[in-house]
Amino acid sequence: MNKRDFLKGMILFFPAGGLLEMAANAAAKETAAPEAAGAQPAAMGAPGAGGYNGEKHYYGMGIEIDKCIGCSRCVEACKAENDVPQEPFYFRTWIERYVITKDHGVIVESVNVKGKAAKETPQEDRDVIRTFFVPKLCNHCIHPPCVQVCPVGATFSTKDGAVLVDKERCVGCRYCIQACPYGARYLHPKTRTADKCTFCYHRVVKGLLPACVEVCPTQARIFGDLKSKASRLTRFYRMNKIHVLKPALNTEPKVYYAGLDGEVR
Amino acid sequence: MRLPEQIKRLGLVIGVLVAAVLVGRFVVIPRSLVATELHQASTVAREVAKPMKFAGTAACQDCHDDVAVTKAKGYHKNLACEGCHGPAAKHAEDPSSGKPPAPRDRKFCPVCHIYDASRPTGFPQINLTTHNPLKACITCHNPHDPVPPKVPQECSACHGQIERTKAVSSHALLACTTCHKVPPLHKTAPRSALPSKPDTREFCGGCHGKDSAQKDAPKVDVSAHGGRFQCWQCHYPHLPEGRA
Repeated sequence: MNKRDFLKGMILFFPAGGLLEMAANAAAKETAAPEAAGAQPAAMGAPGAGGYNGEKHYYGMGIEIDKCIGCSRCVEACKAENDVPQEPFYFRTWIERYVITKDHGVIVESVNVKGKAAKETPQEDRDVIRTFFVPKLCNHCIHPPCVQVCPVGATFSTKDGAVLVDKERCVGCRYCIQACPYGARYLHPKTRTADKCTFCYHRVVKGLLPACVEVCPTQARIFGDLKSKASRLTRFYRMNKIHVLKPALNTEPKVYYAGLDGEVR
Repeated sequence: MRLPEQIKRLGLVIGVLVAAVLVGRFVVIPRSLVATELHQASTVAREVAKPMKFAGTAACQDCHDDVAVTKAKGYHKNLACEGCHGPAAKHAEDPSSGKPPAPRDRKFCPVCHIYDASRPTGFPQINLTTHNPLKACITCHNPHDPVPPKVPQECSACHGQIERTKAVSSHALLACTTCHKVPPLHKTAPRSALPSKPDTREFCGGCHGKDSAQKDAPKVDVSAHGGRFQCWQCHYPHLPEGRA
């Protein structure tokens, strides 16, 4: 090969690659047309496989404060289901105990996992005005700040309303962890990428409940589809006075709280 | 005004560069490098393919329908099986792969039922140190159909305080008639016929003596323990102190 041929080849190589890619994509689009989301591989197994269409759902979660007993079943289930590190400072969902005292003090502490969860509050603690538990998790915001700040586009909202992280794109820069007003993200110590609640996406697309909702003994957590009028969440949303966390930030969270105290931040 | 020749050439060069960049960005570079849908789709596919650890209550009930029936009428009807038994997707797929654990000691139930001021009012809570300290919860409560405190009847209709005290003691499972002989007349005319009370150390020794077959009961040497005093002078039989 002489120099001229080599250069010609070089000039044609990249455009040819681009054209091939385009042709391949066009072909793929034609075959996969019915699965509009383009997201669901055929080999999904389980009920509803293949028939799942992300466009038809929009997921959210409801939390009834007056029902939470702070037992941490949800936290443990989440860690088991999603391979969250067992150390006490990595959570996809967690429970906060709020104690509001007579002198208008607000004490917030994370409920310990591992059974010792409910430490006994002495009854003679007369300074306490009211106290309750607040389960927290990723709010799967409609306008997620974490998606906005990600410099590599690794995190995004799906059509069915979940905010996911692409482990292979994430460079572990922690911008999203800083940006999340709800502290819902952490850096996974093994993969060194950002990790967060996915609404148990792998369960939801198969028609199952997220692990935390599945195990909640008092039905303090309610999961459902906002696009379906018959879903439990829609009913919950209709029947309760609803509040979200930090509404002033315009993130429009999709975790809806009923009976939320004004002191909860 | 006439542009100098070198400016014209420079302009041409810049134009060519801009065109080249645009062509490169929109035509040459493969779409997979810039299109977000593709990498998002692969992320979603990866998420969907993740294995599940929790099978879901419906899966449990396919086989354990007897438990499902018991549970459906009790206070625990809304509880997921895997809330207590732990993630069991493996067991659901292949039941021979091992049984999910069943918590049997006093550590597990209090996770939900120990008294905690932050818990909602009305949720059943206990004081672990005084609530029947020696026994595992499942001795008295069937976890698949836990029973709330009973309505007063029989002895508790009048002796409610003793009944409530005893209900959380180590003697909770003993009927009143284990220790007291009650003449039938006592129910209609309480003061004219009083129930009997144990009057010897040997009576308590029946369970707590060294040779007793009662395996739950703490054992003492009845002839030596406590000297000249009767058992109930130190131990209140309706709430004997626990060791837990």
